[in-house]
Amino acid sequence: MARWRYYRGKKVRAIPRIELRVTILSTLIALVLAVVSVRLYYLQIIRHKEFVELADRNRIRIHRQPALRGLVFDVHHRPLVDTRPSFEAVVVPEDVRNARQTISRLGGYLGENNIAAKLAQAEDDDRPPFDPVTVEEHLDWQQVVSLETHQLQLPGVSLEVMPQRHYIYGSLGAHLLGYVGEVAEGDLRHTNDYRMGDEIGKFGLERVFESELRGQAGGQEIEVDSVGRRLKLLREIPEIPGQSVVLSLDLDVQQAAEQAMGNRSGALVAIDPNTGYIIAMVSHPAFDPNIFANGITPVQWRALTTDPQHPLANRAIQGIYPPGSTFKLVDAIAALEDRTLTPETTYYCPGGLWYGNRVYHCWRKQGHGTLSVHRAIVGSCDVFFYQVGIHLGIDRLAQWAHLLGLGEKSGIELDNERAGLMPSSRWKEQRFHQRWYPAETLSVAIGQGYVAATPLQMALVAAEIANGGARYKPQFVKAAEALDGSVVRSFPPILERRIPFDPSVLEIVRSAMCDVVNGVGGTGHAAHLDNVVVCGKTGTSQVVKEAGNARIPENKEPLKYRDHGWFVAYAPRDHPQIAIACVIEHGGHGGSSAGPVVHDVLQKFFALYPPPGSQPSIPVTGAPQAMPSPAPQRPPPGSIAARQD
Amino acid sequence: MALDRRLVYHFDWTLFMMTLGLAGVGLLSVLSASWGAPKHALDPLVVRQLVWIGVGTALMAAAAIFDYRALAAYAYPLYVVTVGLLAAVMVAGHVTGGSRRWLNLGVIRLEPSELAKLALVLVMVRYLREEPPRGGWSFRQMIIPALLLGVPLALVLKQPDLGTGIILALVTATLVFVGGLNGRVLLAAMLAAALAAPVGWHYLKPYQKERLVSFLNPQSDPLGAGYHIIQSEIAIGAGGAWGKGFLKGTQARLNFLPEQTTDFIFSVFAEEFGFAGSILLMALYAGVIARGIWIARHARDRFGQLLAVGFTAIVFWQVAINIGMASGVLPVVGIPLPLVSYGGSSLIAMMAAMGVMISINTRRYLF
Repeated sequence: MARWRYYRGKKVRAIPRIELRVTILSTLIALVLAVVSVRLYYLQIIRHKEFVELADRNRIRIHRQPALRGLVFDVHHRPLVDTRPSFEAVVVPEDVRNARQTISRLGGYLGENNIAAKLAQAEDDDRPPFDPVTVEEHLDWQQVVSLETHQLQLPGVSLEVMPQRHYIYGSLGAHLLGYVGEVAEGDLRHTNDYRMGDEIGKFGLERVFESELRGQAGGQEIEVDSVGRRLKLLREIPEIPGQSVVLSLDLDVQQAAEQAMGNRSGALVAIDPNTGYIIAMVSHPAFDPNIFANGITPVQWRALTTDPQHPLANRAIQGIYPPGSTFKLVDAIAALEDRTLTPETTYYCPGGLWYGNRVYHCWRKQGHGTLSVHRAIVGSCDVFFYQVGIHLGIDRLAQWAHLLGLGEKSGIELDNERAGLMPSSRWKEQRFHQRWYPAETLSVAIGQGYVAATPLQMALVAAEIANGGARYKPQFVKAAEALDGSVVRSFPPILERRIPFDPSVLEIVRSAMCDVVNGVGGTGHAAHLDNVVVCGKTGTSQVVKEAGNARIPENKEPLKYRDHGWFVAYAPRDHPQIAIACVIEHGGHGGSSAGPVVHDVLQKFFALYPPPGSQPSIPVTGAPQAMPSPAPQRPPPGSIAARQD
Repeated sequence: MALDRRLVYHFDWTLFMMTLGLAGVGLLSVLSASWGAPKHALDPLVVRQLVWIGVGTALMAAAAIFDYRALAAYAYPLYVVTVGLLAAVMVAGHVTGGSRRWLNLGVIRLEPSELAKLALVLVMVRYLREEPPRGGWSFRQMIIPALLLGVPLALVLKQPDLGTGIILALVTATLVFVGGLNGRVLLAAMLAAALAAPVGWHYLKPYQKERLVSFLNPQSDPLGAGYHIIQSEIAIGAGGAWGKGFLKGTQARLNFLPEQTTDFIFSVFAEEFGFAGSILLMALYAGVIARGIWIARHARDRFGQLLAVGFTAIVFWQVAINIGMASGVLPVVGIPLPLVSYGGSSLIAMMAAMGVMISINTRRYLF
């Protein structure tokens, strides 16, 4: 830089020296090169990992291959749900020669006119032209054939095979099997295993056993260039197919039950009392889960969800009904255990009971006369159980009802199970801040009023009576199997508790249930089998609570006011193999509506599984067998009343 | 003309070998950058680059032998020819990527702006070789250098080629500074430049503005203007300490890098050879620059001194801006990495310049 120099005695500026300025320049250069080097150190050493990941994300695309979903078998390994190929029409825009012609031809073959729109949408989404666009899913056979035969006229169009869930028997067991659907955005937030477009179990078994059925998606790591063109396969991760699920359900029994229910609304649960395994579970009206696998249309969905019959609800576990006279089994057990009732106790039924300031009727207007607990169950006498209720009291009744599993969820591994209701004075205090009126006990005693139960709960009650008080967790899956058939996980019976039944009490109830089906004056003859001794109890629950005291004549009231028909049963009497509860909505009385259904199911069941040691056929006779009580009884009424309960 | 034996004896092998070393790095990088998918084969680009290295080496040797002092006589004619070529580009230039930069001469395509760098240095040094007056070059004495710069600068910016324009300006500034500009004028010029920046912004092309904006915030438009910066940083960073290995860089091979044989060749190299390779390359450049400075310090005449400074400045500014741009410390401007980037005009011009530097170094013993 300039320095002061003296020249000829004058102070002047010196000539700037090159050397000095070169030194300044060198310093500047060194500084700049140092800065660049530090920057390179920062990028290549400090932030190296981050950039490696970014470079890989640049070049690696992951093409996911969802795993094949596991199959569902019945107890004998007969497939109920499998996966079938579904065809999609796919267009690779790059390979299409004449776009307009291709679109119009394709539209003709598929009978679709939104193909152009779908292709335009893909272009708007900036999808590269070599990326296939699905223009139509779930092609039917006709469409597949016409595309196949016209392949040559449609360059750039191809068929792609996608797995699709297939419910072989349509609506059979739909509520238990459930359905699958495309994963929703809400589901995606909870898990990172799923991608948009994946299939996920939405309901029933498909939902609950999603993790077993689903398997693990595999995929291919593909190297792509900057425009996304696939260059080479880097790595292939094989998918792990989902496990198959073996149900305890028996296809034949289930079919028999579905058929017996026909098109009536209601539910049926058949359970193995020795294990808690579900043998059949029917809920009607049902739906066809295949429509979900096909991609349900908004119209179909609206139809299902707005149907006043609620076909999507599983009535076996979600339907809560007043148990009606089937509840008398609970009364009898509770009172006998509580010793407020003995086998010898008799009450007189004149056809009604004056209590408080009104009359509580018996279903049999002419009354049952004087009778003990056995005849009271067989003839389903209301007045007898009014008396039992009065003497027992609601809270001791509730205690036993809870022990039997009423008013609580059974714990079956299905969503949306309802607990039903078993009222008690404390419950009423908490719920309504009111004390319990003894008159309310009368309603509860005949299974009306506040009490409500699911068919599954009543099937469990029947199972508990049958097996001597073992409370098993109801299960419908026996095992999860790998593709090669090896058992990955088995689901052994789970004994939840033992109900401390007095064996003599059980014997009284059992013999009465036997006579309900087989004895003179029994209300459940409809379920009688010739070769197997069936024990059961009918029930008729009023839909309209105390619809006046005068009942409208049978079959003349509008359907929605008609009573629900119940039937609970187990068989054979000795060494029971099956326990059933069935409810037919608005079916009228249980003996004639639910009874025949139970009969058909039992008949099918015992045709398949004849009881060990041939059971002597019991003719319909009056003499109850092995009746511990020699109590004198009034002769049974001559004829079975038109309206039995 | 008989070759003076001293020329051989004092030949600057250091600079010669470093120059060839850089050209070799360039050849490898061009090979790697053009290896890209899906062909995986030797691109004709590589062969052409090899040919140019050969031509360049011959020219470098010839320039080394040639007495640089004679260049002073060619300075103005060469300058006029170069400006003429730049003007010809305006009229008959070959357009690529939106700018008109090449002259198609049948067999080869010439990029006159590469020649302009050398011609401008030569003419500038020719003017500045006179001893400056006491106190240094005054403002008025800088009018002619300003005009000498202004004509080619305007033509280059018109192409548009902002990168070359910047280099022309920076090299001129460096020469004027070293050549003895008055200190006050220097300060005033720096101040004026700072004030002129906003005005200059006004004259930038939209794409140039875009680049500057995206440089300040590359994530603002990751697929648009910021894309180049981001992809280049990814390539360099992914190289890590030792690099992915020759021909194994994915950023270049799969075409994620823009202009990967020319402006972003450094990213290709850095991805495959890592920090170790990058530092080695930087050291090589530092060596060439240090040698240039050394030659300037030891040259026997002012012409030789300033010529060495000028050519060294070309190397330095181009390296600094190119690598700075590739590593994201400077905005994206199209400047080749000297001796490494693909391109015959740039390579041959730079090798010729190195030859002149060798000539200056060799001749300090001759007179």
